[in-house]
Parts: sequence; C-alpha cells; structure tokens
Amino acid sequence: MKNADTLEITTPSDQEVRLTRLFDAPRALVFDAFTKPELLKRWLFGMDGWSLAVCDIDFRVGGKYRYVWKHLKNGNEMGMSGEIREIVVPERLVTTEKFDEAWYPGEGAVGTVLLTEQGKQTLLTQTIRYGSKEARDISMKTGIDGMAVGYDRLDAVFAELAR
Amino acid sequence: MQLSGYERATGPGLDATFAALADPTRRAILARLAAGEASVAELAEPFAMTQPAISKHLKVLEQAGLVSQGRDAQRRPRRLEAAPLADATEWLESYRKFWQGRFKALDDLLAELKRSQGKPDRR
Repeated sequence: MKNADTLEITTPSDQEVRLTRLFDAPRALVFDAFTKPELLKRWLFGMDGWSLAVCDIDFRVGGKYRYVWKHLKNGNEMGMSGEIREIVVPERLVTTEKFDEAWYPGEGAVGTVLLTEQGKQTLLTQTIRYGSKEARDISMKTGIDGMAVGYDRLDAVFAELAR
Repeated sequence: MQLSGYERATGPGLDATFAALADPTRRAILARLAAGEASVAELAEPFAMTQPAISKHLKVLEQAGLVSQGRDAQRRPRRLEAAPLADATEWLESYRKFWQGRFKALDDLLAELKRSQGKPDRR
C-alpha cells in the first residue's frame, strides 16, 4: 500500500499524542468512515481476534457514543464511552473518550480528528489530549495511546544515535 | 479489576525503559555511549552539568538496564546495553503495526466505497 508508510506518531505537547496518515480517498468518504457505525465496525475492530461489537453514536453536538470491543474467542470485552463536542462535516470531529477500565487518572481524554484535502487524497490528523501530563505519562506506561508517546521518544533516541 | 491485554503487554522493564528515555539529557548520554564507552567525567563534559548531576541520570539509566559499568576499576567506564532498547522497539513496533493494520482495513473500505460511489444504492 502506497500510504502504509505515511503513518507518523508524534507528541506535540506534554499532554498530547498525534497520529497522521494519508488516505487515498475524498475527505467526505473518510469522514463517513469515522462517523458511521456500520463503517466504523469494518475497520476499527482493534487487535487481531477482536471485533467492534457495539458502536452506538448519537451523532450531534452533545450526543453520547459508546464502543465495545469483544474478543471473538474468549468473549473478553473492552468498552469506551464519550460525548461529541464538535462536528464540522466533513473536516473536524472532537469527542471525549473514557475507557470503562480507566488506565489513567482524570476524566479521560479529548480526541480530535482533523481531515484536510491534499489533491484527491485526505490527510488524517488524529490528536488525543489527556487532562494532564501525568495522565498521558501513565497512559504511556499502560495504554496503547501511550505506546505512541514511547515511539516518539524512541524516534528521538534513534535520531540522536544516528548523528 | 482485570488486567487488560495492554497491561500484560507492557512490563516493568518497559516502564523503566520509557521513563529513562523521557529525558533529553539521558537520551544524549545514550547517544554518546553508542559511540563507545565513556567515564562519568567524559560524559559530563559536553553538558553544562556537574558530575553528580550526570551520575543521577546514569543511575536511572542503569536501573533501566540501558547502561552498565565496565571492568576498568579506575575509570569505571559506562557502556550502552542494547537489549532493553530492542525490547522497547519490538513493543512499539507492535503498536505501530496495530494502527497500520487498522488503517489498512480503512484503506480497503475506502476503496470499496469509492468504487460504489455514483451507484444508486451505496449500502
């Protein structure tokens, strides 16, 4: 895939983690894929062996949403809920997010999906902002979002090692 | 609370590695040691820091298993230990693969949606 290597993971501030990725599709389609449950279920299914079993979205500002991932074999579940804060079709979506089994302190995180047109392609900028540096750092140690932070730090190490 | 897969996937070793890597001075020390072993005095040289301050950073790196002490009793040179970095890379690579996998699924979905665009019934 020509876009597979365009994934970039950075930490723009103490409280944030950011993923950017280019998609070979018009912005409206990418926006649909991030906001329509029947489409989300087809790609946001988590790790191998998991499915996005529940995907309920009350798509309006102030509306609630809930995702539940389910392991296909052992039946384990992982849930996440939140509220929609901003909707600008088809370019911007801001939501709060909190996992049922919170692995970081505070009131969860705020996720921003920003879609920008680049010719016939669409650039995704997905930013997760935690309530504090502490929350992000704890998440860094235990959560998948945190792995991104670690990756960024490791990138920095390799950049320095390569000098 | 059940231990989540994420918690199982990380270990105290990785926590220590990332905590150690979180500081720019410590990353610079690792970069210096990648070029070969060095004494505390040699490590302190390029930094506007006292040797005790450097020693503190070295202690964190040693506890994370990223740095070890050489045999020379007088210079007590420090050297880079690559194994924890390799573990961390492997772990982070799996995170990257996780997102690459999801976005690849999204690529496929978008291609399908593009193909069906313009047709009367998209779903």
